[in-house]
Amino acid sequence: MPKLTMVQALNLALREEMERDESVLVMGEDVGIDGGVFRVTDGLHEQFGPQRSLDTPLAESGILGTAIGMAIAGLRPVAEMQFSGFSYLMMGQWEGNATRMRSRTQGQHTCPLVVRMPYGGGVRALEHHSESREAMYATCPGGKVVIPSGPRNARALLLAAIRDDDPVVFMEPKHSYRSFREEVPEESETMPIGQAQVAREGDDLTVVAWGAMMRPTLKAVDEVAAKGASIEVIDLLTINPLDSDTICASVQKTGRCVIVQEAPRSFGVASEIIARINDDVLLYLEAPIKRLTGYDVVTPYFGREKSYIPPVSRIVHGLRETLEF
Amino acid sequence: MPRKTLAEFKVEHLRVLDENGHVDPELEPDLSTEQLHALYRGMVRARELDQRMLNLQRQGRIGTFGPCTGQEAPSCSAALAMKDDDWFVGAFRELGGRLMRGEPLTGTLFFHNGWEEGNVLPPEVSRRMLPFTIIVASQCLHAAGVGFAASQRGQGEAVVCFSGDGATSEGDFHEGLNFAGVWKAPVVFVSQNNQWAISVPREMQTSSQTLAQKGIAYDMPCIQVDGNDALACYVAISEALERARRGEGPSLIEAVTYRLLMHTTADDPRKYRTEDEEKEWWQKEPLIRFQKYMTAKGIWDDAKEEALRTELRAEVDEAVQTLESQKPWPAERPFDHVFAEPHPSITRQREEFLANLKEEADA
Repeated sequence: MPKLTMVQALNLALREEMERDESVLVMGEDVGIDGGVFRVTDGLHEQFGPQRSLDTPLAESGILGTAIGMAIAGLRPVAEMQFSGFSYLMMGQWEGNATRMRSRTQGQHTCPLVVRMPYGGGVRALEHHSESREAMYATCPGGKVVIPSGPRNARALLLAAIRDDDPVVFMEPKHSYRSFREEVPEESETMPIGQAQVAREGDDLTVVAWGAMMRPTLKAVDEVAAKGASIEVIDLLTINPLDSDTICASVQKTGRCVIVQEAPRSFGVASEIIARINDDVLLYLEAPIKRLTGYDVVTPYFGREKSYIPPVSRIVHGLRETLEF
Repeated sequence: MPRKTLAEFKVEHLRVLDENGHVDPELEPDLSTEQLHALYRGMVRARELDQRMLNLQRQGRIGTFGPCTGQEAPSCSAALAMKDDDWFVGAFRELGGRLMRGEPLTGTLFFHNGWEEGNVLPPEVSRRMLPFTIIVASQCLHAAGVGFAASQRGQGEAVVCFSGDGATSEGDFHEGLNFAGVWKAPVVFVSQNNQWAISVPREMQTSSQTLAQKGIAYDMPCIQVDGNDALACYVAISEALERARRGEGPSLIEAVTYRLLMHTTADDPRKYRTEDEEKEWWQKEPLIRFQKYMTAKGIWDDAKEEALRTELRAEVDEAVQTLESQKPWPAERPFDHVFAEPHPSITRQREEFLANLKEEADA
């Protein structure tokens, strides 16, 4: 199995799907000749031509709005938002049309489309290039939100997202784009959207993380586990619809839970997970659920961003506190 | 270095039929009697349903709706000019065109009575018609995307997209025209300038002399037509559809018309415009001049008018009866259309909802 970065794995997924299904096309700002600013669509222009590797005008609402029309008319567009920080201009089309078309027409018109967007901090970028706003998209019923954490699941989930008959926002942790490689099977594989994955099994504590937070979380878990704790780690993978069954089954077993979230603390995915645990397995808890998150401040410029994203040391501390409660 | 003129632009106005029904024979389109009858029938059908819906709404028998009275010509002319495989992408004031394209009267009534089921159309209709768009101008982008997909297929499908004067202020309108222009997408954008975006008059919407000229920036042919003249609308839309089919890209047509009634039934125009202004526009409305035109041609008379009105009123009566005898659809249906495949979290909420309903009913 070749060892690929996440960028290479995503590129592989796009190439495979475009070869398999003629209705699939990629579109967005600089995705064609340039191959995308992160090179995720590199080489697709040469292989599939300008109509299936479509450089669009610079307009985010325009990109999603036209993708909606294409999807209704039988294509399967994979649109790229250059950075998630620019994607709010498409929010009107996402909330107003993409996520509602199925319900509005009771299934007569649907929007099988994917909106890929790099998100998250840690890459020393300009303002608007470092946010983690998955919760904004997750609050719209009818749309799915997927966040891979490594090259292998990025490839498998992107294939699943393209084949999905509903609109999917596919958020790519750009901090993980090239920071590590993983073996990715040559044969196509998909993973089910709407299911979390147990990344480590354990009995004493459940840790839930997703996207770029998975790497520091696993490091912290290794450090704490080395001293004898048995920790279960859940990689969320899909934000909406949320797989609360996997989370609640784990918490029922361990009685303790820590959630690691890059996004600001309030009104986020961690809050929703706590609510779900409260609904289903509250009486199994032996300790308060801990949230390790960003802060409710505007994402700072990169000069100080490092101290705002939960680092390994803070996660280690949080895990210990919850284990010892 | 002398300054050079790089480009000069002009905007034409087209009218074929004047307010008194006099036709300009040079401009008159070659339409058969059957086509003229179909066009008139489409406009009257919309007017009859619109007027009935107004009564029903006032009696609390349907919900809020936006009447189309006075604006029947552009969308009905489009429906006449379109082929079966063309796409109809509307906003919310194209009742006549929607009905001519095959939307059942009951669909309109169910929609306006608060049921998504009204958007569920016979498959042969829905395959080429998008549902009502309430978010202003957002449909202009869908039309450009549908147009892109249609030209990929290469089977000569074109798209007619409606929006209003207010929409020309929205980013999505401009993005739609821009994307369609860059892609040479086969889209005919029809801007129904009905003078009012709720209470904001056309002059406060844009300082442009015409709405048609908005197309110049996107290098597309554009024209202003008398939007209460169904023949002018037909000529301009047909020409634009032909260009689209020849691969020459999109066009913009400004149809100058007037919203004779309120924005929606929740609106009171007396707050922002005069009765005199409305009276003036009633003199220019599209049905009477078309009727005069057909009468002068010898293809229409009072007996035909009476027969048509009687037939359409009966059709509307029947649709209203169907509306009122319809049992409510299953309350839980929204849960069935969140995603293509049910997710356990939604399925559980569906069960919870049904249990709540039962408990509340038993209480």
